[in-house]
Amino acid sequence: MTTTEVSRSIDARGMPCPGPLMTLIGAIREGQVGDVIEVLSSDEGSRTDIPAWINKAAHELVEVVQEDGFARFVVRKAR
Amino acid sequence: MPARIVVLGGGVGGTLAANLLSKELGRDARITVVDPTGMHVYQPGYLYVALGQANGRWLARDERTLLRRDVQLAVERAVRIHPEAGTVQLERGGNLEWDFLVIATGARLVPDQIPGLVEGAYEFYSLEGAQRLREELRRFRGGRIHIGVSGIPYKCPPAPVEFTLMLEEYLRERGIRDRSQVTLLSPLNRAFTIESASKLVQPIMEERGIGLTTFFNVEEIDPSARVITSLEGEKVESDLMIIVPPHRGQTVVTDSGLGDVSGWLPTDKLSLQVEGYERVFAIGDATNLPISKSGSTAHFEAPVVANRIASLIRGTAPKANYPGQVMCFLETGNGKATALRFDYEHPPVPPHPARIWHLAKWMFNRLYWETVPKGRIPEWAPMVRSKR
Ligand SMILES: Cc1cc2nc3c(=O)[nH]c(=O)nc-3n(C[C@H](O)[C@H](O)[C@H](O)COP(=O)(O)OP(=O)(O)OC[C@H]3O[C@@H](n4cnc5c(N)ncnc54)[C@H](O)[C@@H]3O)c2cc1C
Repeated sequence: MTTTEVSRSIDARGMPCPGPLMTLIGAIREGQVGDVIEVLSSDEGSRTDIPAWINKAAHELVEVVQEDGFARFVVRKAR
Repeated sequence: MPARIVVLGGGVGGTLAANLLSKELGRDARITVVDPTGMHVYQPGYLYVALGQANGRWLARDERTLLRRDVQLAVERAVRIHPEAGTVQLERGGNLEWDFLVIATGARLVPDQIPGLVEGAYEFYSLEGAQRLREELRRFRGGRIHIGVSGIPYKCPPAPVEFTLMLEEYLRERGIRDRSQVTLLSPLNRAFTIESASKLVQPIMEERGIGLTTFFNVEEIDPSARVITSLEGEKVESDLMIIVPPHRGQTVVTDSGLGDVSGWLPTDKLSLQVEGYERVFAIGDATNLPISKSGSTAHFEAPVVANRIASLIRGTAPKANYPGQVMCFLETGNGKATALRFDYEHPPVPPHPARIWHLAKWMFNRLYWETVPKGRIPEWAPMVRSKR
């Protein structure tokens, strides 16, 4: 269980690649520094794409939790 | 009394849907197409206009000439849809009543969403944009060129890659290739959305010395310093910036409270009904479906909607579903192209670039007017027909 307070949750389950990542990018664009965004994705590609993008864009990947049939990515907008 | 069907938009999807409905229903329906321009534009041609290979004239035709005689055309802008009342309000004050509504209003370009884009960058996603870019390319004597997109979704995902490859060839033909650097800025970690096709084009780009910068979502342009800044925090200096503007749904959709935050219509992926409304359908770029926004998508969707509306009018159970079919060509330059064919369940497996696909695209460009909007799919083109 995460203790971080989530400011926005995006359910991108069922969305094909690159939908979940692009939705996250949109949320980061709209959000404030410090916001914590949660993305649920059932797309396999997200497992590599989302962390790779967060790394490049210098935000913070708080955690990745593997749930039943999908993964939950928790991201903090760092700048 | 004949059923009243209103089709908003006279682009690829709207024109074809109206013609198929008229063919299917004859006197059982009164069909009206609403379009503010009264013209039908073949948008894939913008690429050729920008590179000086075609002029704007063959890209646009009078919509009236593409519609069957018994389809009415209202050269008007729809400003408000009232789904409960079954009406559409028109800009000049008129009101149209409908029993069935097809929304095919396409996408809207919103360049002012990116600071500096209008002043600093060029594009090939509108006729005026393509013509302006053609003039700029004529004056171009060498330097750093960047091609990018300002966000997803945008129409025809392969188009920026296609344009990049064609532009590289253009520079060679003009004899200024060695004085130019060409770089594609991609919002993803590959050349474009479709993975298998990216794998195919990336080696071709490398071979031709075209740069690829990944995870570059254009955030801002500084026209005087000639710098593009990405959301990821990167900056590039550029002598010629060619950036696909952000896309949104039309204002009539948002003003009617029907779209999502970006103005795309929540649409059932199989029946193409707008969520919550049995008698309202959406096709083409206007939907929120997670597939390519392309003419071929609209083309494969139109028969599903025509079939469903005809069934509802006749009181039979509607059977047609949209399986997510898309088919498009991708010009790779040097007289070659590949073809992308896919649906919801099957990702594309593009063939190696070959001359035959380039010829097929050329043929398709030529025959478009006599085939696609009129619902006559050329028999010689099995690759345009559904394979599955
Ligand atoms: C450079 C470029 C290259 C492309 N290449 C390809 C390709 O190779 N293959 C491919 O399949 N696709 C390609 N496309 C995409 C293709 O052109 C579009 O996806 C297609 O036109 C979508 O069809 P549509 O009917 O949804 O919308 P459109 O064809 O855009 O038509 C929408 C219509 O709605 C009308 N409208 C807008 N607002 C209103 C309103 N308020 N009331 C009434 N009417 C309204 C507009 O006037 C327009 O006529 C390309 C696009 C571009 C820009």
